[in-house]
Amino acid sequence: MRTALVDGPIDVTTLTHEVASTSNGATVLFVGTVRDVNDGRPVTGMEYSAYKSMAEREMSDIVREASEQYGTSDVVVEHRLGALELGEASVAIAVGHPHRDGAYAASRYVIEQLKRRVPIWKLEHYVDGTREWVDPTRHAAHASPGAETQS
Amino acid sequence: MQITVLLFASYADTLGASSIALELHPGATAGDALDRVRSLANGGRESLPERPMLAVNERYARPEHVLASGDEVAIIPPVAGG
Repeated sequence: MRTALVDGPIDVTTLTHEVASTSNGATVLFVGTVRDVNDGRPVTGMEYSAYKSMAEREMSDIVREASEQYGTSDVVVEHRLGALELGEASVAIAVGHPHRDGAYAASRYVIEQLKRRVPIWKLEHYVDGTREWVDPTRHAAHASPGAETQS
Repeated sequence: MQITVLLFASYADTLGASSIALELHPGATAGDALDRVRSLANGGRESLPERPMLAVNERYARPEHVLASGDEVAIIPPVAGG
């Protein structure tokens, strides 16, 4: 198990190798990337910031929970901070598991919990030169920590 | 007692600070710290949501959480990782 906040590009190949094991029959890699449109507005880039010490703690908690619930310790997560261009990876989650069901479930658990709990924020830069902090709760019926967020 | 309040992202922009040192009475809660920060915001206008998420010493906490001297209270804007 390993989690990290990183300032440089995420090397997804390294992550998949890290969770590889001869006892694993499945490896799932999830990569979140910067999209060119959000809420119908053309986006030129993104700037991620975090409450670093708490974000690291939450990410470690989430990975430990996934490990306990789905029965694998082969879980690695990296989240990028700083300025990102379109198409760059902002987050990558690699899970190795004896079976694909467990690998997919653990991967899904980690990304959903990360989006709910980890104190990371993104400042979107738009084509028209404006910038805005992304608020995933803005369109939710109930603006709460558990509100569903878009992916 | 002295505590530190951390602000991030949109809240730091709104209040023009990322960290505020507060002197609070013994037995004060995380909610008291939030109220104090609100009162510091210019003109007392609505600068923070009614019930923002709070953390004490890097753990999510309820407004009723009783603080100790030296605690670090964070007012957490809606998170947007991933």
